Parts: sequence; structure tokens; C-alpha cells
Amino acid sequence: MLALATDVPWWQRIVDFSSYGELLPLVRNSLIAGVLLALVGGLVGVFVMQRDLAFAVHGVSELSFAGASAALLLSIDVTLGAIIGSLVAAMAIGFLGSRARDRNSIIGVLMPFGLGLGVLALALYPGRAANKFGLLTGQIVAVDDARVGAMAAITVVVVGGLLFVWRPLTFASVDPEVAAARGVPTRALSFAFMLLLGLAVAMAVQVVGALLVLSLLITPAAAATRISASPVWVPVLAVIFAEVSAIGGILLALGASVPISPYITTISFVIYLVCRWLGRRRRQHGWVRRPSAVAGAVVG
Amino acid sequence: MSPVLELAGASLAFGERVVWSGVDLAVQAGEFVTVLGPNGSGKTSLLRAVLGQLHLTSGRIAVMGRPPHRGSRSVGYVPQQRIVDPATPVRARDIVRLGVDGDRWGPGHHDRRARVDELLAAVGATEYADVPVGMLSGGEQQRVRIAQALASDPAVLLCDEPLLSLDIRRQQEVTALIDTTRHATGTAVLFVTHEVNPVLPYTDCVLYLGPAGHAVGAPDVVLTSERLSKLYGTAVEVVRTQGRLLIVGDDGHVHHVEEEDE
Repeated sequence: MLALATDVPWWQRIVDFSSYGELLPLVRNSLIAGVLLALVGGLVGVFVMQRDLAFAVHGVSELSFAGASAALLLSIDVTLGAIIGSLVAAMAIGFLGSRARDRNSIIGVLMPFGLGLGVLALALYPGRAANKFGLLTGQIVAVDDARVGAMAAITVVVVGGLLFVWRPLTFASVDPEVAAARGVPTRALSFAFMLLLGLAVAMAVQVVGALLVLSLLITPAAAATRISASPVWVPVLAVIFAEVSAIGGILLALGASVPISPYITTISFVIYLVCRWLGRRRRQHGWVRRPSAVAGAVVG
Repeated sequence: MSPVLELAGASLAFGERVVWSGVDLAVQAGEFVTVLGPNGSGKTSLLRAVLGQLHLTSGRIAVMGRPPHRGSRSVGYVPQQRIVDPATPVRARDIVRLGVDGDRWGPGHHDRRARVDELLAAVGATEYADVPVGMLSGGEQQRVRIAQALASDPAVLLCDEPLLSLDIRRQQEVTALIDTTRHATGTAVLFVTHEVNPVLPYTDCVLYLGPAGHAVGAPDVVLTSERLSKLYGTAVEVVRTQGRLLIVGDDGHVHHVEEEDE
């Protein structure tokens, strides 16, 4: 494979559709995984944005990577390892870091530790190098039927859980004081959301890799909030953007010999740039027509 | 008529430190009660007790004749204004909507639009209903907050320093709106503030929590040099000038003074 790669020009290694028809069935599972992951990522991302948890996502993904690497070394199920790592990290962050400043320092402490553990496990792992690299930067054909089944189960849990807590969680995220005054259990919700986030990250690590989880858990929601403030349209757009990035990335990566993640991250980033540009135009013209108070909104 | 909010011999202590004790207060429907006092005198703790978030050390507290409990729809809460990131995807109408059903679990399928529009109209916020809250001015945000607090038709509206960081004109607008609201809906108001002048014209009753005791009564009765000196345990002078009220301590420190309106 490496010998072949050196014979063709570099651009053909990035985009090559010559044997597309034969390759497509091989990635059926990856496509299903991508669809599920994008759905979860888009929805979870909305709350990651509202709760300012981008750094936590990154921290959880490193621990998830450590769990998956350890699983690889110990020859147990990689998905299970990723989930255990994620949940341990999510619980640690949820328990120890209720305040934003505590949280960030705890994540900063956990993250390199997790990454170090993961590197150690991979260094000791005697198997193929592609498997190792895949956990960091994403892999495309390694999704077997059992793993798709596990991802579907996680999707049901995360999406179901989010739908159940959606309104109180929104209340607690945007308006914690008033939510607490109205009896919303803000601390319990915060912890519950960290667990859902951990599951979503464990799923994402296996498709896009630990280093690039943010591209599906944050970028789509961040792009959506640039062009809409509607509680219905932001999640819908975030899911659409995530789906376009994930499916588009997998299809583009299919004929190429480089990992899947650069495609997903690039599409997701381009969507974000376009939304930012649209959002700027919209912001300059005001979000809505305000007959007498356009200036007032800007003065703040 | 039975009071909507009643405290009888209410005391609160954190360990050894007694915050206030023996507070008797009966608030009737539509009454405007202003809670004054220096920092640390337990004003916010009083609100938390009414919300059911803090338990009294002794005494009794009742909202509509029953002990307060978390999530009671009889109590509305207006917090102080805080900075919201302009990119937060929440519009004014969403804030109000959260007041209507933000505490309900599971997916929502009821259309609350009419109710939200009605609440927005009642506080004069219809014009910016679809603007993200982070892009509203402080005064506009507080109007939206009031609409949110009114969503559950509360018997008591708790206002926790809602004027903080607003300029004088906005302070007057917001207090006038709260006054109009209590007349229109009959909700009682418990208004915690350290700035007495914006609320003085509307205040029926003052609860002054001082370091050396508390006092309850009409503003003219409580806000006197003699009474406040007793509450502070040190010489305090109440000065009335140009329709405004200044409270001056013997260390020369002046309480309750705002910057001049431009």
C-alpha cells in the first residue's frame, strides 16, 4: 500500500474515484456510523456551546482514547474501552468541576495524563500500526457489524436522554439562577449531561479519532448558532451540518489513502466559515427589524 | 384577607452566625415590600428561604398558607442583570418560554406561542421578541426577565437586585414596570435592593435587615436616623434632599447613593 502510494501524485492520494464502485460496499458500516455520530454530535454540540464545554469535550476525548488504546492492548472490545475512558473522565469533570475555573484546570490535568496512558498502551501493542493511528486520527473501514450495533445503542441512549432533559437542560444552561429558583435540579442535570457527552465522545473517537472529535461535536453547532438563534433551527442545522461533514468526509476519503478525518474536519470548517460570513452580514443588518430600537441593541 | 407571604418569628443562622432572627412579616396581595440592608445582612438568603432553597433555623414561613417548596409556581424570580454572550442562541421569547414550561421534562408538543406573546406584550417587549438576549440592552433584558417571572402567574414576585448595573433612567423604568405589574396582576412584590431611591415611590413596606437587628414598617417610619442608628448599632443619619434619600454612616461612608442622572 505504501509502495503504491509513492508511485501516484500526492493529489491522487487525496482524491481518487477510480475504483469507487467496488469500494462503496466496504464502507457501508462506516456510513451508518457516520450518520449516527453526526446526529448525536449535532445535538450534543448545541449544549456544549450553551454550557461552554468545548475544552471538556477535548479532555474527555483524550481519556476515551486512553481507554480505547488500553482495550486494544488487552484485546478487549475497543468500543467498551472508549466508553469506560469517556465516562471516567466525564464523571471526574462532573464531580470535581462544577465551577468553570475548577473545571478547566481539572481538564488540563486529566488530558495529558490520558494521552500519555494511551500512547503507552499503543507503544506496547504489538498489532498493526494502522489500528493505533486510527484511534487518534480516525479510521474508515474498521467499523464492523458489532461496533455499528454498539453505536446505534449509544445513539438511542444519548438522543433519548437529551430529548427527555431538553427543556430543563436548556433552562439550566442559559439561565442557571432562575432555573434553580423554579426547582430545576441544575447540578444533577449538569452531571447527567456530562455522562451523555462522555457517551457521544466515545462514539466519535472511533470514527474521527481523539484529536478531531471537536469537528463533529462543536463545529456544526457553532456554525448553526452563527446564523440562527431559534431553539428549533439551531439543533436542526447543527445536525444537518454534522451529517454533511461526516457523510461527505467518508465518501471523499473512500478512494484515497489518507485517513478520514482531514475530509470531515475540512468540510465542517468550511461550513463554519460560510456561516460566520452569513452571520456577520446578518448581524450588521440587525437580526430582525426593530422599528425604533435598532441602535439600542448594539449599545447593549 | 390572608397574606400571600408570611414570616412568623423567622430566624436564620449559618452555624454560630445568626443572620436574622424573629422576623415577622405579612405581605398582602399586590403589596410592594422593599428589603434593604448592607451587604451580608441576609437579603438574598431571605429570598432563598421563600424559594424553599434554604430552611429556617426556627420560626415559620408560608407562601399562600403553605411551606415553600422548590419549583413552586406561586413564586416568580427576577435575578440581577448579567452579561449574556451575544452568540448565545436564545431569543427574548425563548427566555419567556422557559418561564412557561422550562421546568417540564420530556419533549414538548404544546404550542405556547400565544401565551409567550401575551407575556411579552405585558412588559412592552414585543418589539424585540426575536432578538437574541445577548444583544438586548440591560433594561430590555430586565423587562424580558419580568415577563419570564410572570409566566407562572406567581402570587409573589421576588426581585433580587434587578436594578444592579442599570443606569438611573432604566432603573426607574424597570421599577415602574414592576409597580404597574403588581397593580395589573395583584402579585405581591418582595424587592431586594441596596438602592432605595428608585423604589421609594412605590414601596408600601420596608424590611430593613441591619447588623444589629431588623425593622418592618412604612418607609417614613423605618427610614429615620433614630431607627437606622439602632439597626446599625452606630450613629447613622438619614438625609432627605430634593426628594431623594441618603443614608450616611458616622464613618462618613454614604450608603444608597447613585450617580446623578444625565
